[in-house]
Amino acid sequence: MPKLPAPPLPKPLRPKPKRPGENGNGPPTPAEAAQEAGITVVDWLDERTSLSGGIRWMLFRKVPPGVNWYYTLGSATMFAFLSQAVTGVFLAMYYVPSVNGGAYESVRYITDQAFLGQFVRGMHKWGASVMVILIFLHMGRVFFFGAYKYPRELTWVIGVVLLILTLMMSFTGYLLPFDQQSYWASIVGVNINAGGPLIGPFLSDFLRAGPEFGATTLPRFYAIHMMLIPGLIAALMGFHLYLVAKLGISAPPWLKAETDRELELDKTEV
Amino acid sequence: MPGAFDGETINRRRFMTATVHGAGALAAAAFTLPALGFALGPIFAREPFSWQPIGTPADFTEDTYVIKVIEIVQGIGEAGKSIAYVRQRDPQIDTEHEDQYNHWIALSSRCMHLGCPVRYVAAAERFICPCHGGVYDFRGMVAGGPPVRPLDRFYTRLNQTTGLVELGPRYSVNSELRRFSPRDPGEPLDGIGQYLYPSRFSTSVLPSN
Repeated sequence: MPKLPAPPLPKPLRPKPKRPGENGNGPPTPAEAAQEAGITVVDWLDERTSLSGGIRWMLFRKVPPGVNWYYTLGSATMFAFLSQAVTGVFLAMYYVPSVNGGAYESVRYITDQAFLGQFVRGMHKWGASVMVILIFLHMGRVFFFGAYKYPRELTWVIGVVLLILTLMMSFTGYLLPFDQQSYWASIVGVNINAGGPLIGPFLSDFLRAGPEFGATTLPRFYAIHMMLIPGLIAALMGFHLYLVAKLGISAPPWLKAETDRELELDKTEV
Repeated sequence: MPGAFDGETINRRRFMTATVHGAGALAAAAFTLPALGFALGPIFAREPFSWQPIGTPADFTEDTYVIKVIEIVQGIGEAGKSIAYVRQRDPQIDTEHEDQYNHWIALSSRCMHLGCPVRYVAAAERFICPCHGGVYDFRGMVAGGPPVRPLDRFYTRLNQTTGLVELGPRYSVNSELRRFSPRDPGEPLDGIGQYLYPSRFSTSVLPSN
């Protein structure tokens, strides 16, 4: 005979649930509260933001078999950008974008006198090259693995825009030390822009803020370098990452598509 | 139309939607347009030019160039300085039309390939660019390498009151030494070039005094 469920007891007769505490009742002891502090904080946040779902969606994804180290080049580029952003913010605390000697002097101060200045500037300088190299390697990986194909075309297009923005960062950042090399390299770079027919002359005027390399050219490059483009890169990088999570990672091209066993048997019989 | 009374062409919801979108667009334009104008303004700004004295007429000869440090942008110290190579006009070789502004030939040191500074080598009577090997002859005409037009020039004049040679604004020339408003390096001015690389809005017109 099946066991029938017990009938529900009226409320006053139900046993009271155990209370937390040393002997199973009373408020939690400080030790218990400390033990569960992490959970409490995360619960408090998650109850108000529901972020855990999004984080789980972003980080715990299904990944095709056969992925390898080449798939980390995009993340590597992102971390190179984050490194540039952090070191750039701290360099900006000392840098003075003044044409009349201030820029060069402030860079010299960072390099020769500021505590860890040479290190942070070195990180930023060499990190710039690293980021350009990584973004090209990442692009090559995506191209040769065919990862740009449907449905990931938009991810590719945004990636190309990110590549262009990164190169614009390189161009605008090169002037900032304001020594002979960076000055003349920027003159040449601006004049290359001027070489474009019809809009070239106006583009170079825009970059220089006038017909000659003047007092506002360097601050203009600086503002583009540290505010305009980093903001665009961060926003587009976020969208790029969203698309990666949304569409999933493509399988490596050498991975054979799984075929239906039954279909294969049919084929051998025929 | 659903939600609208008879004869109405727009209901409240649509009206509110349009109003809110319009207000948002107006607010965004209120800060975007001035910012854009702020960034693009220098393209249209007309900068006044000045005449700067560079020496007495006796300082310059016909057969070699004198280096003169000139100020092309005021108030920014060393970064605003440039070099002009100046000599007296030699009717034997300077076949271009003579007027009040070219009794002295003042060449800009800016290479017409990509803007590096050229150097005058007296022994070879050539201007040579260190960056990509542009070479110009004694008159500043292209003699070899990648430059697309002769070296830019500056207007020169004799100030009658002070008796000094003065150097004025820059101008560009094509391969026949026809004058054009100043263009950037790398912009050819022969044939279709002057239309592909239009003059900037900010060029001042030289006063005829």
